[in-house]
Amino acid sequence: MSNVDVVVTGLGATTPLGGDVASTWDAMLAGRSGVSRLTLEWAEQLTVKIGAQLKVDPSEVIERVRMRRLDRSEAIALIAAKQAWADAGLEEAGLDKERLAVSFGSGIGGALTLLNQDDILEESGQRKVSPHTVPMLMPNGPAAWVGIELQARAGVHAMASACATGAEAMSLGLDIIRSGRADVVVAGGTEAVIHPLPYAGFANMRAMSTRNDEPEKASRPWDKGRDGFVFGEGAGAIVLERADHAKARGARIYARLAGAGITSDGFDIVQPDPECKGGIRAMTKAIRDAGLTGADIAHVNAHATSTPAGDMGEIIGIKAAIGTHPVITSTKSMSGHLLGAAGALESIATILAIRDSVVPPTINLDDPDDKLDLDVAAHKARQLDIPAAMNNSFGFGGHNVALVFTRA
Amino acid sequence: MATREEITSGLAEILEEVAGVNPDDVAEGKSFTDDLDVDSLSMVEVVVAAEEKFGVKIPDNEVQNLKTVGDAVSYIEANH
Repeated sequence: MSNVDVVVTGLGATTPLGGDVASTWDAMLAGRSGVSRLTLEWAEQLTVKIGAQLKVDPSEVIERVRMRRLDRSEAIALIAAKQAWADAGLEEAGLDKERLAVSFGSGIGGALTLLNQDDILEESGQRKVSPHTVPMLMPNGPAAWVGIELQARAGVHAMASACATGAEAMSLGLDIIRSGRADVVVAGGTEAVIHPLPYAGFANMRAMSTRNDEPEKASRPWDKGRDGFVFGEGAGAIVLERADHAKARGARIYARLAGAGITSDGFDIVQPDPECKGGIRAMTKAIRDAGLTGADIAHVNAHATSTPAGDMGEIIGIKAAIGTHPVITSTKSMSGHLLGAAGALESIATILAIRDSVVPPTINLDDPDDKLDLDVAAHKARQLDIPAAMNNSFGFGGHNVALVFTRA
Repeated sequence: MATREEITSGLAEILEEVAGVNPDDVAEGKSFTDDLDVDSLSMVEVVVAAEEKFGVKIPDNEVQNLKTVGDAVSYIEANH
């Protein structure tokens, strides 16, 4: 437990549910799905023909010439980060940029650029390859662009822990502020790789839903009929700030990031530990880091991606680390799985759940798994007083990250 | 054979596409970097597009001599 309090003062997102946080949150509370049949030509050749595409294309927000230099994952990271920054009001507050850091990751990175430029290389030769290729595909690109945009001078960090990336970005942000290296961290995750190659790869792992004829019902965590995750794209960003810094400038405070727990399974490159041992340790660490006990956690925004194996393991974990009392949900039932951005978007959902005293629904939970014995906010949002809540994220490679947010 | 005016207007189209330069700002006396704000990576794109548009080869060691729009027009006029 740290004696430095860290609070959330800004939120930003662009997702399959909306082009900003307010529209995304409204869609979640209304139980809307962001999943649809892909209109891209290549999708007809693949076994998976559905996805959760951005509601607002970044080209509608960022001008054309700038877009030429940005991978799609970088463009949406910038959009989310700028929203969060404006929301926090830190520009007006005259923040010393030497006290501002960035912690922003992606699960897969600039693969769209890599693949598109490789097509150009094969078809037209070296001369036609964009000179912007490397800064567009490098995995630190989104973090670096956010740092440049906001003129962050206390360090720019890019992590990659697959589907736990967005949550790990929050955890690192917390560490940076606690250690005194910065007063403010813009933390987030981004992912934009709706392209036939990642689709083919995930599909061949049998990890993705093939419910092509009912896209809005394809993401159905904990339901007996679940058959894999739904690929999504999007970005989320959160402004983390030292509490006394935020209070001194009279900032609007959404919630506290009270604790984080990171563990690794040391088990398998893709399979989660079936007993969720790493997940249990991460949740337990996060609760202890927050100075709380399991009894304090009223709500969990679960990782639950709608895969047959992963969803139920997490249930075992929540019961062991927290208990049977929390009201849980999986907002991936609506947003799809945003991979490296998932932990960022779901942190935002957790924070807003605390603020608004409401648990967003898990849609499509029509026929719950026989082993599901926790209280899920199925189908409809549920009013709930939430003094403290957890967000879980687990990633290929055995990365486990649990975050605890509390009411400010 | 394109005239200098035609080459200038062709370069203006490329500069707008690649770097967002207003075509009205493009004139022979303008420096790519100082006046039109074209950075080194965008200049590479301008050169590749100009090679295609005008059917010329612009070797890398020549690019550093093309400081102004007029320099580029003269090179293209002499070599295409």
